[in-house]
Amino acid sequence: MIRIDNLTKHYRTVHALKGINLEVAAGELFAYLGPNGSGKTTTIRILTGLSRPTSGDAYLHGYHIERDALKVKRQCGLVPQTINLDHELTVYENMDIHGRLFHMPARERSRRIDELLDYVEIKERKESPVKHLSGGLKRRVMVARALMHSPGILFMDEPTVGLDPSIRRRIWSLIKRIQQEGTTIFLTTHYIEEAEFLAERVAFLDEGEIVAVDAPRNLMARLGAWALDEIINGEMDTTYFKDREEANRYVERQQGSFSLRRVNLEDVFIFLTGKKVLP
Amino acid sequence: MKGCLAIYYREVLILKKKFFRQMASMSVAPTLYLIAFGLGMGRDVQLEGRSYLEFLIPGLIAMNSMTQSFAIASEINIARFYWRIFEEFQAAPIRNIAYVTGEVLAGITRALLAVSVIIVLALVFGVVLSYNVFFWLGVVLNSFVFASLAVCLAMLVKSHADQALLTNFFITPMAFLGGTFFPVDRMPPWVQKVLAFLPLTHAAKAIRSASFGLAPDSFSYLLLAGIGAVLFVLAFYSVNRAKD
Repeated sequence: MIRIDNLTKHYRTVHALKGINLEVAAGELFAYLGPNGSGKTTTIRILTGLSRPTSGDAYLHGYHIERDALKVKRQCGLVPQTINLDHELTVYENMDIHGRLFHMPARERSRRIDELLDYVEIKERKESPVKHLSGGLKRRVMVARALMHSPGILFMDEPTVGLDPSIRRRIWSLIKRIQQEGTTIFLTTHYIEEAEFLAERVAFLDEGEIVAVDAPRNLMARLGAWALDEIINGEMDTTYFKDREEANRYVERQQGSFSLRRVNLEDVFIFLTGKKVLP
Repeated sequence: MKGCLAIYYREVLILKKKFFRQMASMSVAPTLYLIAFGLGMGRDVQLEGRSYLEFLIPGLIAMNSMTQSFAIASEINIARFYWRIFEEFQAAPIRNIAYVTGEVLAGITRALLAVSVIIVLALVFGVVLSYNVFFWLGVVLNSFVFASLAVCLAMLVKSHADQALLTNFFITPMAFLGGTFFPVDRMPPWVQKVLAFLPLTHAAKAIRSASFGLAPDSFSYLLLAGIGAVLFVLAFYSVNRAKD
């Protein structure tokens, strides 16, 4: 499990995190949703030991992120936002080096590489140099590499950024499968549908502060079930309704153009912050 | 220890992937120096009772072990700023000292390969020197100094572009003034005093006297070991600082 107490991070004049408090249960698939620059990556970097907090504490499976840094790192798998594979090396060599860095014995490394490449369905590319792989395949290698040492918590920073929709859905299935096998997943994203599809709970992050944490269904229920978008005086205006009948009654009185749709997490984010997740 | 070996293994694997390119690249500069200065100036020019070619080769060995061990800084910066693999090391449960040791060992390995290339070239040019224990000790200590300096500086730079500045400020002046191409004691006394602060001056002196089969000057070896130890500690602190 993850516990974060009043975590702050300041870079000279920029306050990237302004006192984050959060708990993520063991085995949970938790999404951290916010626009670029809201502090999502900073949180992951601190929790995985890549960056130091300015103040506050965080614990992973009861270990303090700074005082027990090596124990914390053994618990964590990290899939960073940017592809950080050794492009000169093969898929096997990249994973083997990861296993060595996590002190895995040779036989176990070899067995685990085969098992994981099979799991992410790229076993036939085992000896391919990473530079010859597509973006989607590289992402899958990164997921497999992060799972090499069987981490209890997997941090995924924008795992599907830049991927086309069909590959994105394959990665989502993979993430669901990893969680179903007992791994806690802490995922950052600015794709609304990704958070809605995957997460059991979502935290909205805005300018270094958490503005809401709850299950997607509960967050959306705060506004209602249906949303009607219409242009009023040249500006988009959205009205929310608790059910379809209420929306229909409203629609009957409308004369201009409008569109009726289901409420999504983006509506909740805009309602809470006045901003869009994706600018 | 396992963390250090993992880092070292990765560097050696990268080196192995481009082994022939690397070996060819390592032999270009020494070959040109041997042709231009060695053959060009002829065997008739005598320095310290030896032909200039015999004088030059230990100097080239000192210089190349310096440049090749320092080149690990480039590899670190490519891994850090371009491929972002440094983050993979930082996220692993290994201590910073293991990282520094692995990279320094990789730098020393590169230097030993470069020295082997020059020894082969020397044979081609008909020069046989004494490659005894003190010779190799001088090479290893010199590489230790510059590989540690490389790790230290690689952690302090903010971009890959800064790497060229490091070479211009630290390595090029030393290569030309550290006793590679001429005996330092022929310089004016005040210049000699300045050059005595350069580690390469002591490395060239130690390696040259060992390869001529002369008695080793223990001061040079101790000084190189001392500077190397200080730079190694500084490299360790630089890796700590590299975390934002």
